[in-house]
Amino acid sequence: MARIVAGVASSHIPAIGAALDNGRANEPYWQPVFAGYEFSKKWIADLAPDVIIEVYNDHATAFSLDIIPTFAIGCAAEFPIADEGWGPRTVPPVIGHPELAWHIAQSTILDEFDMTIVNNMEVDHGLTVPLSLMFGQPERWPVPVIPLAVNVVQYPPPTGHRCYNLGKAIRKAVESYPEDLRVVVFGTGGMSHQLQGPRAGLINAQFDNEFLDELIADPAHLARRPHIEYVREAGSEAIELVMWLIMRGALDDRVESVHRFYHVPASNTAVGHLILANAGNRH
Amino acid sequence: MMTERENPFDDIPGTTLFDAKRSRQGYHLNMFCMSLMKEANRAAFKAGERAYLDRWPMTPEQRDAILTRDWNRMLELGGNIYYTSKLGATDGLSFQALAAKMTGQTPEEYAAMMLSGGRSIDGNRSKSEWRDG
Repeated sequence: MARIVAGVASSHIPAIGAALDNGRANEPYWQPVFAGYEFSKKWIADLAPDVIIEVYNDHATAFSLDIIPTFAIGCAAEFPIADEGWGPRTVPPVIGHPELAWHIAQSTILDEFDMTIVNNMEVDHGLTVPLSLMFGQPERWPVPVIPLAVNVVQYPPPTGHRCYNLGKAIRKAVESYPEDLRVVVFGTGGMSHQLQGPRAGLINAQFDNEFLDELIADPAHLARRPHIEYVREAGSEAIELVMWLIMRGALDDRVESVHRFYHVPASNTAVGHLILANAGNRH
Repeated sequence: MMTERENPFDDIPGTTLFDAKRSRQGYHLNMFCMSLMKEANRAAFKAGERAYLDRWPMTPEQRDAILTRDWNRMLELGGNIYYTSKLGATDGLSFQALAAKMTGQTPEEYAAMMLSGGRSIDGNRSKSEWRDG
């Protein structure tokens, strides 16, 4: 049986990818960001998971205003790196896991989550930056990745509660897969940031740290937080944080925080990062 | 249905929510931006902006906002930041450079604000806290 062994939360700020790709990772500005992931790189190399399910959002890359799926699962064997306007990032293509991805699609749809199945999709910084933070700059990514794209660009995005329950359905799907695979779920995006308009640059460290506390200790309550609170308190693009609840829903009710990191700023954004290990369910 | 008056998102200062109304209004503006993900299209746009914009049935106001690079006006007219940032990339502007322009700060002022912890939430929750709303 496959099982979910851990969860990772991470921001996916494009400037982090650009800093790495352009050899600027050792600059004083970027050094604290990458230092916050040193433990994580060693942790995931030691764990050597068989598959990663990565929850992220597409930033008007594979999906434009022509088609806007709320939840889309990548079932392809390979996902090319998108040109987001600067030329594609110089990272290897992302290798998928079609068999498990299709299994999750079927299981979650029958569990009443109406997933969009995607067989041809380029992936942007939302997916690749967390991989770079966790795995550095390998010639090939060391593990297959199942992309799970969530719409957080067009209102309304899914509710936190819906995301949390999708995480539970993904866990059920993984645990009904016959092969012994060790799966890690990534939830990406956030934390507080606003990229648009005269209020751009908003950061709310108190909001972010309370979010981290509650994601660990009381995710069912956190899942009930309405969209307006994310947008008003932590910036229009902080709504991405609902995606972290998918990762959290796929874990046990109780988790242990293995690693926690928070840093301001990376470009316009507060960097948040967690590694969570399962610690048992409530009965 | 919520009426616009009752929409609590409208009270957030300096922020446009990309909702159904703005998405309908900005469809062609955003799809023009989307086209700039291809190098050949970026080159064609740079070679003749007005002619390139003729390919999309935008309003004169939307065209003007693009040609004058009025980034906040694009958002007011239905643009979304993840689309308009592709126009920014075509101009060689990063997300941070774009953000500085939208806040009316110099890139140096904006970068310094971010380094000192970003824009505070205090005084920035409600339009009632902003002198000019």
